[in-house]
Amino acid sequence: MGCIEKLDYEVIIRHASFPEAAKYIRAHCAEAYEVRPGFRIFDKAIIGIPPVLIGLDGDVVTFPFTKPCHGTFLLRVSDGAEAAMIRSKAKRVKP
Amino acid sequence: MTDTDLNKPRNALILLGCPQVPVQTSIALWLCAALNRRNIPCLVGGTPAARSLLEVADPDHHYLTEVADLDTVIEELAGGTRTVDAAFVLVHNTAAVAYAATMQEIAGGTTYALLFGEETETRMADLEGVGCRVIAAKGSHNPLPLKRRVQEVLDTWDA
Repeated sequence: MGCIEKLDYEVIIRHASFPEAAKYIRAHCAEAYEVRPGFRIFDKAIIGIPPVLIGLDGDVVTFPFTKPCHGTFLLRVSDGAEAAMIRSKAKRVKP
Repeated sequence: MTDTDLNKPRNALILLGCPQVPVQTSIALWLCAALNRRNIPCLVGGTPAARSLLEVADPDHHYLTEVADLDTVIEELAGGTRTVDAAFVLVHNTAAVAYAATMQEIAGGTTYALLFGEETETRMADLEGVGCRVIAAKGSHNPLPLKRRVQEVLDTWDA
């Protein structure tokens, strides 16, 4: 996910577990969506333990990003096109 | 174990994790050699550092055949442009658990999570419900226990 590192992102949680990331998204994001590992987000296949949760607040996308040596980070990026793509393709689980 | 698991795969992938623990590089090179002896084409995917450890140790590619960038391998598998019958994912940290779960989802064949390091019980718990086959041997420096466990799987292909 090299290109994600070039996005204007905010780190919400460092070294997050997937249950911890999912709990945060369910508690803090207006909408939550389930995807399977390999789902493409920001042009890259998402890495994770299924089901992987992605959160949306308007155009803001909250999602886990995993690096082999650094673990999983919960990131937040504002991107209207990507938020619309997730709304159209992923399974909505909240609300 | 199912009958499918007993079949020799047509091709294999070794997915390297963070190279922080010495067992990884040794097991990966040994597994390349073991797959080569069985005429199973093997792709190794890893980060630049993990790949460098292998390529410096095997400069003439006696054991390594195809080596590729980790993200490229993931993209090819997720996009369906590459398939593998057997994926061996080297796991010693939580990130590698996520990679093993991802391989189980996208690789198409049998995914083997090779657990090593000092927290194998925790990693095993992390992998519960993921569905990949777990091969575990605790330890960071001695590759022999994990080698023996993987050898048992390879032996089923030779039977």
